[in-house]
Amino acid sequence: MITKRIIPCLDVRNGTVVKGTNFKDLNEISSPVELAEYYSSHGADELVFYDITASSDGRKLFTDILTETASKVFIPLTVGGGINTLDDFDRVLKCGADKVSVNSGAIKNPSLIKEAAQKYGDQCVVLSVDIKRVDGQFRVFAKGGREDTGLDALKWIKQGVENGAGEIVVNSIDTDGVKKGFDIEMLKAVCEIVNVPVIASGGAGGKQDFVDLFNEVPQITAGLAASIFHYGEVTIDDLKKTLKENDITVRI
Amino acid sequence: MLAIIDYGVGNLFSLQCSLKKIGVEAVVTKDPQEIKNADRIILPGVGAFGDASRKLRESGLVELITEEAKSGKPFLGICLGMQLLFEKGYEYGEHDGLGFLKGNVVALEGEINPNLQIPHMGWNALDFKQDSPLFKYINNGDFVYFVHSYYATDCEDSVIATSEYGIPITAAVGKGNIFGCQFHPEKSGDVGLKILKSFCEI
Repeated sequence: MITKRIIPCLDVRNGTVVKGTNFKDLNEISSPVELAEYYSSHGADELVFYDITASSDGRKLFTDILTETASKVFIPLTVGGGINTLDDFDRVLKCGADKVSVNSGAIKNPSLIKEAAQKYGDQCVVLSVDIKRVDGQFRVFAKGGREDTGLDALKWIKQGVENGAGEIVVNSIDTDGVKKGFDIEMLKAVCEIVNVPVIASGGAGGKQDFVDLFNEVPQITAGLAASIFHYGEVTIDDLKKTLKENDITVRI
Repeated sequence: MLAIIDYGVGNLFSLQCSLKKIGVEAVVTKDPQEIKNADRIILPGVGAFGDASRKLRESGLVELITEEAKSGKPFLGICLGMQLLFEKGYEYGEHDGLGFLKGNVVALEGEINPNLQIPHMGWNALDFKQDSPLFKYINNGDFVYFVHSYYATDCEDSVIATSEYGIPITAAVGKGNIFGCQFHPEKSGDVGLKILKSFCEI
């Protein structure tokens, strides 16, 4: 059977990996190429590269780094950040990305998902959604979690899948950086309405959080995290051992 | 020199890089002379069967690669490239494959438990069905990375490994000098590199 996937996420700005708490106070950590090679040889099932640079210089640097990483790391690579047009899809796919994650770009231009899915296939299009509870509703946030779009997250995700998104990343702003576990309630709500793979993001603080995630929301196919891996609080090898001991299917 | 057939389907960057990583010189080409001179051939492919089959025919290379495959040159199809080795594909209509191997390519939908997601995407374990030189450096149960919605069936004589996804899915095939992987060896970490290495030593 298909294994549950463990995915480290590398937020890249100006050529280095950063990770913040609740999307603020970003700290620089390490070389993305080195980190990607390390994760790839230590059990990561996939890598997500997120470009958080705004300038065109930064974008050029990012694509250079992506190309270098893709030439050294032979596991699936998903790239997000700054994906607003089909040309952006083309740019990162040519650098060796396997899947492309859209977030704000799809909010600005909802036909992007459909056009990209038609051109590159559903499996290539990942819809990443930053979600926060507002007045008891799951609300879509844009611009790295700074702006409330007013969109209902569940409706937005359903529409995205209908348009051809082959995978959904649910990033809970409410639990991101808090390290007290994934947002089980939010993830259950999303899994109930879609039949494509859903990746949980935001809130991992330790190994038990992944065990709880896969046990409590069996439909979840992958857990994504950044800081706990980057700071070495949890190694992926060790995490997978724990998951296996808990009868969760993983690649070891 | 290994020739990767260039017929305008898919991104070959990772495949080229992974061959480079294992020290194999490869060229992405549609030049008949280069293909003839190569000591082995890889047929890549992503997308839909009919479209790829049409592009391969339009490239004018079908006759040549059929000759090369029949001459005994090691030949590996990857993903859709593997599916094209069979007789027919039923993705949006009925399309002719290369017919190097007996069998057809049909949709997973309707064949597997409806609760299972399609595409079959992610890491799955190989279950060896026959000894193969392709498995020289890997073990039964090793994991490889899949992304596909169609699979090869009626191909019992060439299946060398399956992967369980509700039903046993044809994961790798091999008969004589013809080999195929439904999964992506270039995305399957060390196991994938080892499979490519063993192909390059056949």
